[in-house]
Amino acid sequence: MKVLIRLIPLVLFMLLGVLLYRGLFLNPQELPSALVGKPFPAFSLSKLENESMLTTEQDLKPGIKLVNVWATWCPSCKYEHPFLVKLSSDKRFSLYGINYKDERPLALNWLKQYRNPYQYSIFDQQGKLGLNLGVYGAPETFVVDHNNIIRKRFAGVLEPTVWQREFLPLINEIEDEMANGN
Amino acid sequence: MTTLFKTLRNIAATLTLTLLCLFTVQASPVDTYTFPDEVTKIRFQDLTYELRCPKCQNQNLADSNSPIAADLRAEVYDMLLDGKSDMEIMNFMVDRYGDFVLYRPKVNSTTYILWFGPVVFILIGAGVIFLFTRKKAEQPAELSEEQKQQLKSILKD
Repeated sequence: MKVLIRLIPLVLFMLLGVLLYRGLFLNPQELPSALVGKPFPAFSLSKLENESMLTTEQDLKPGIKLVNVWATWCPSCKYEHPFLVKLSSDKRFSLYGINYKDERPLALNWLKQYRNPYQYSIFDQQGKLGLNLGVYGAPETFVVDHNNIIRKRFAGVLEPTVWQREFLPLINEIEDEMANGN
Repeated sequence: MTTLFKTLRNIAATLTLTLLCLFTVQASPVDTYTFPDEVTKIRFQDLTYELRCPKCQNQNLADSNSPIAADLRAEVYDMLLDGKSDMEIMNFMVDRYGDFVLYRPKVNSTTYILWFGPVVFILIGAGVIFLFTRKKAEQPAELSEEQKQQLKSILKD
């Protein structure tokens, strides 16, 4: 009995050790999004490609949408761009851009130079839509389902491994839901 | 002579320190917000102090230079001028950026350990100390006659 009591501090210490060791491998940048499960916020902004054309959340196509926040001032966006171009040929979802706190001529030039993977880009110069989406940098990518509910928020560079691991299963899941009429 | 030298040295040191303090730079970013009254100004300072910058993680809105922090400061300012309450502003931020933006976490089931953990540990510690000291108190045995004699002879020396 006495021996057992003496072992208690050691056991506690080891438990603490395990806890802290696991903590070393957590990514503090990975924040749970407050918006997952909520509808895509309302907005009324011009299209990047056409200054005089207002677009709202009603204009997004039915079905699964991928909304990518990008800007020409963001180096990681450039890195991510070729993969977005590749994704744009996938017919299971529509890819939209939010051009976040950027200059229109620069952004248009960028799309001309690196190809335009988006249906269109929403021109969010003030970052108001970004704010409502809880965006704190670029690139960020949101998955929006057929009911316009945000299903996933991903901050960082989209690349094949992340796509395989985090996005594809979710897209399959939403497709199942659509097939079942939810 | 040496005392005079010491005094002079102390004065020199004090002067240097004072000068150093005079030249410290305030590193907080400068926004040129004008407030209609003192209360709004203080509320703004309090809110930006309590809200955390989502990008820089370990700075509050008031301290951070990052663009998103500047945006959020502007948003807080606008909402204050719109007559929103502190609670509404906090909720606005939490709705978008999650509980993470609060430097003072809410009390709910996920944060009970955080809030009450320390109290629990203090109680456990107090319990352990109580148990150990009580055991000790039972122990002191009477010295035998022989030991008392011995003690006396030692103390005499």
